[in-house]
Amino acid sequence: MLIYLRKRIVSSALPLVVVIVGVFALARMTGNPASLYLPLNATQQMRDDFSARNGLDQPLLVQMAEYFGGVFRLDFGHSLRTGQDAAAMAFRAFPATLQLATTTMVLAVLLGLVVGCWAALKPNGIADRISSFVSMAAASIPDFWLAIVGIWVFAITLGWLPTSGVSGAGSWVLPIATLLLRPFGVLVQIVRGSMVSALSEPYIKLARSRGAGELRVVTHHALRNAAAPALTVAGDLTVGLVNGAVVVETIFGWPGIGKLMIDSILQRDFAVLQAAVLLTAVAIFALNILIDMGYALLDARVRPITVKA
Amino acid sequence: MKTAAEQASSKCPVTAGTPAVQAKARDVVLQVRDLAVDIRTHRGTVRAVNSVRFEARAGETLALLGESGCGKSMTAKALAGIMDPVCDLADGQILLNGTDLAALSPKERLKFAGPGLGIVFQDALTALNPVYTVGTQLGEAFRIHRGLNAKQARLEAIDLMKRVGIPEPESRVNSYPHQFSGGMRQRILIAMAVALNPRLLIADEPTTALDVTVQAQIMQLLRTLREEGQMAVILITHDLAVVAEEADSVAVMYAGNVVESGPVSEVFADPRHPYTKGLLESVPVHLERGAQLKSIPGSPPELHHIPAGCVYQSRCPLVQDICRAERPALRAVDNSPTRTAACHFSEEITNA
Repeated sequence: MLIYLRKRIVSSALPLVVVIVGVFALARMTGNPASLYLPLNATQQMRDDFSARNGLDQPLLVQMAEYFGGVFRLDFGHSLRTGQDAAAMAFRAFPATLQLATTTMVLAVLLGLVVGCWAALKPNGIADRISSFVSMAAASIPDFWLAIVGIWVFAITLGWLPTSGVSGAGSWVLPIATLLLRPFGVLVQIVRGSMVSALSEPYIKLARSRGAGELRVVTHHALRNAAAPALTVAGDLTVGLVNGAVVVETIFGWPGIGKLMIDSILQRDFAVLQAAVLLTAVAIFALNILIDMGYALLDARVRPITVKA
Repeated sequence: MKTAAEQASSKCPVTAGTPAVQAKARDVVLQVRDLAVDIRTHRGTVRAVNSVRFEARAGETLALLGESGCGKSMTAKALAGIMDPVCDLADGQILLNGTDLAALSPKERLKFAGPGLGIVFQDALTALNPVYTVGTQLGEAFRIHRGLNAKQARLEAIDLMKRVGIPEPESRVNSYPHQFSGGMRQRILIAMAVALNPRLLIADEPTTALDVTVQAQIMQLLRTLREEGQMAVILITHDLAVVAEEADSVAVMYAGNVVESGPVSEVFADPRHPYTKGLLESVPVHLERGAQLKSIPGSPPELHHIPAGCVYQSRCPLVQDICRAERPALRAVDNSPTRTAACHFSEEITNA
């Protein structure tokens, strides 16, 4: 397992380099920070000074080489905006997003499993039809629209929940509900589909012929077989949550990495943007490795090292 | 792969089918009366199994013989209570040691699944759950019905693997189904079916997916287990040779109906239904090279278009007006207590 893990980490290195280069290049296409941070009537001398101070006067390749060198020392430079260490800012914002994403995915997976299994018990039954309608609607509603409607109804009209920020349990409801909807809808459909096919397998019939009751057949025999596709999709949806986080954190003023990224792009705060994107990319790679280990845990046939029995 | 254990078990003496055994009056374990199964399809409900009747006796093998789609497997699934959701038990009784399984609620019926009867499927790979070790699956019946814990169930699983001749059961118990050969998987499936010493074992084409040498070993294993446990065995097959070798009695099925039944030796020597006769005549014996093989012309009726009279009328060489008008009931032939046939002209069919 350790050898496998090492292999995976090594093979993740190249895509990470691509991410670093890509972000570096794309960030610089947003424009020159000097025109943003200096007054409109700044002289050319002032602009040159600003660029020299922040290393922006160097050729791009030199900037990139310096940046790369910094990455290996975990030194991402300093924020243009606040003067703080860029890596520290990214690490400070990360837990807020992580909490939001984890809570959302735990809820989405639990609800998706329960509703998906419930629908799969009787294909085309009444439960299946209801859940199919609900999940289709949930997967199709745009998150930014829902967020705004949610704020309008629950925060402004009813006054039950805060409009934005992090202040007590109430402030979690709208961001999580917004993020939850799509993963929930997609997972219900995936779980339903893979459960229907698992439940029609001969080994399910045989389990029944051994006296296994409905609950045992569903939770013990079928669910573990149906879990792999759900795991794949759940992983993909978690990555997708980063997109959702940018939208939701911006709308709800959530101090997470999504908001940090958007702010850094708007402020041409290259160092912070690079740190935030790289941190997110590393988290996604780690997640993918975890998912692959999850497959192996679920199903002996895909274990990288077969234990000789 | 042929292992020492498989070779050893193939040397077991065969006692089944000898006249001495047949002469003894055996207990009736299973009585099926007028069993009918309907399938709900988009084009309406069709009857896949119709007024099926037979008996299975302890220590004997009853063969359900018929071609694909004749309702053999459907009957087996109905007996085991594991029909597809689109199928309904429309009529009939399934008396297992006097208890009518057909009248029980699904929950009550689960108590008989395992201790009452076990079933073996054709394809052992899809019949085993790929994500659990064979030990877990073999032990499951003990955990459900006897409330054993995981450790005790594992010991029972090892014991079962020994019984069906799987080498090194202590380590193999932790292996997954895909790590076994086809023959070994079939042994595991059989072990699972006999785990709780059921009175009845249903084997649905247990050797069709296996090569010939392994087939013989599996049939031998089934015989040995039948003798040990004095089980009634229902063997579902389309193979006339297997019926002749393994079974004590036979029920021939056609288009969802039992058309003839009786002791194998008598039915094969002197068939009393034109379908049975046609089947037996299609077996190549003493044929010249290049000579035409005999077959029954035509094909079985589609379930949506079963004719009103006799189910075999479209292919029968003896068909008369009465066959188109009236479906012959399964009745005793030659005043024999053991032989039945569903033909208006049973008495006129001779083996000449």
